[in-house]
Amino acid sequence: MILVMAETDAGGVTEVSRETLTFARALDEVHAVLVGTAPDGAAAELGAYGVTAVHHAVGEAFSAYGGAVWATAVRAAQAATGATAVTAAGTPRGNEVLAHLAARLGVPMAANVVATSGDAASLVVSRQVVGGAVLERMRLDDRPAVFSVAGHAVEAHPAATAAPVEVRELTPEVTDADLVARVVSTEPGEPDRSGSLRSARVVVGAGRGAGSADGFDAVLELAGLLDGALGVSRVVTSLGWRPHHEQVGQTGSRISPDVYLPCGISGAIQHWAGCESSKTIVAINTDPDAPMVTRATYAVIGDMHEIVPAISEEIRRRRG
Amino acid sequence: MTSVLVCVKRVPDVSGEVLLTADAQAVDARYVGFTVSAHESCAVELAVRVAAGDGATVLTLGPAEAVEQLRSALGVGCTAATLVEADTAGYGPADVAREIAAVVADHEAAGRRHDLILLGNDAADTGDFQVGIRLAHELGRPVVNGVKAVEVADGVVTARGDGPDGGVETFRVPLPAVVTVLEGGVEPRYPTITGRMKAKKVAVETVAPHRAPDGPGRVRLTLPPAQPSSVEVLGEGPAAAPAVVDLLHSLGVSR
Ligand SMILES: Cc1cc2nc3c(=O)[nH]c(=O)nc-3n(C[C@H](O)[C@H](O)[C@H](O)COP(=O)(O)OP(=O)(O)OC[C@H]3O[C@@H](n4cnc5c(N)ncnc54)[C@H](O)[C@@H]3O)c2cc1C
Ligand SMILES: Nc1ncnc2c1ncn2[C@@H]1O[C@H](COP(=O)(O)O)[C@@H](O)[C@H]1O
Repeated sequence: MILVMAETDAGGVTEVSRETLTFARALDEVHAVLVGTAPDGAAAELGAYGVTAVHHAVGEAFSAYGGAVWATAVRAAQAATGATAVTAAGTPRGNEVLAHLAARLGVPMAANVVATSGDAASLVVSRQVVGGAVLERMRLDDRPAVFSVAGHAVEAHPAATAAPVEVRELTPEVTDADLVARVVSTEPGEPDRSGSLRSARVVVGAGRGAGSADGFDAVLELAGLLDGALGVSRVVTSLGWRPHHEQVGQTGSRISPDVYLPCGISGAIQHWAGCESSKTIVAINTDPDAPMVTRATYAVIGDMHEIVPAISEEIRRRRG
Repeated sequence: MTSVLVCVKRVPDVSGEVLLTADAQAVDARYVGFTVSAHESCAVELAVRVAAGDGATVLTLGPAEAVEQLRSALGVGCTAATLVEADTAGYGPADVAREIAAVVADHEAAGRRHDLILLGNDAADTGDFQVGIRLAHELGRPVVNGVKAVEVADGVVTARGDGPDGGVETFRVPLPAVVTVLEGGVEPRYPTITGRMKAKKVAVETVAPHRAPDGPGRVRLTLPPAQPSSVEVLGEGPAAAPAVVDLLHSLGVSR
């Protein structure tokens, strides 16, 4: 049996967690762990993804996020069930909780797995290393096998038949040390508008090539003219140029618009993971050899700061 | 008074094409330079700021050549450096964490306590996402992961990072503690000439690993197959704008 730590948000089980459930279901029977407050219907949603039992850790200790205390919950579920593998999505929390778990159990952990081979007894995983440019095959001989699943490595699909899901409350013993590093306060960020990004028919993308936080006016204008949304690379969100909910890729949204226009985005594998199901890609880049250009359907070579305003101008001119 | 230790890893600087060694165990770095990850550059910057006058030690486990990465950190304000000399390829994240913990214990026995230990969130090459957590576990210290801002006051470290819903989360943890850093919160400074001169004079402490590694469990590395390109180039520069708009019309996304 394989245990999946599922993450939830206001909308239910997150997309990457549903992907991880889909991934895990191909390997073995799946149980899930939920930690802390979960939205109504989360257990039913897990059932739809083939989960046969949900272990829900409840109580004051789980009211605020902390990697150590969440790992205590996952460890308790693993111990109670004897799960031979434990996994989660390769999110910051997923990787963090699994690393705590692996450290406590004294077993290896493989981050960002995209495929497995072998069987439950001798598991070999393929995982992304070197920023996704290289795959590493790694042996996981110890039990439980602990690994995270790279975002968008597979598409999320509900199971053919939903399992009747049994919810078991979990009240693990928590130590003082578990509670030291927990979130003490959260300042709300900008409202999450990733929903409109995921459903947009046209997405105009912008990466490091935008140059600075001030370099987005032109792409926003073009997105507006096309009734589309803005999507950005992780470089852009890391540098604080744009909010995270606009990020496309493995650790951002997965988009599938009719047209994606990535401007000044190199096309690293983690970005590609979020945009590969776009029907048509029109790349704008100074580098004709950038992976985004060679993998695109169409491309324009040159400076986005000249090309993007010219496209907007041409659209306005034709509309009169 | 806060004494800080910051851990960096020498990694091949592969912004372009990646090649593998003949035994497929490592990236072939013969034709590229070496660097540390952006997360670790930010960790070094935070270490220097937090330590202020009290001194920040930079540590790496790597080959003799990794002194280059230690000197870079010394050049921007770290005041001491330790090299655990070993072939990184044979080390898994648990091995690295154990060796760092051993250095921390040795330093403490010699009267040099590292109150705050900073690391990157993940290494640029092996991307294990775990050395910091395993280190905290070895040392019995609390750990906060993936933060962009770190401050210390009255024996407490306050760390801030991005939460899953885009909000900013704050952690407050008593020292001694371990914190791992994500890039983006601070701008790493460039070394000054005097900084470089000072860095050259610092004696790098070189130690041998405490025990043989268990290894990373690596079977081999592979490169994803090259994708055949079928891109149609519409043109160069702003002159291509009409062709783009024609295309958008034919795809039915612009009236
Ligand atoms: C675990 C992990 C998860 C990740 N998740 C994501 C993710 O979800 N999403 C994501 O995007 N990345 C992700 N990344 C990061 C990814 O590896 C790349 O670093 C990132 O996508 C690069 O962003 P970029 O293309 O904007 O920047 P760069 O790679 O620096 O590329 C900039 C591009 O802009 C072009 N350019 C420069 N100036 C101009 C100009 N004036 N006009 C036109 N073109 C120009 C350049 O030729 C280049 O192709 C992840 C990495 C890791 C390790
Ligand atoms: N060989 C090493 N020497 C020093 N620090 C390391 C080494 N390997 C990893 N680290 C630190 O641990 C962090 C996380 O690495 P990892 O868990 O391997 O992804 C890195 O960003 C470094 O700060």
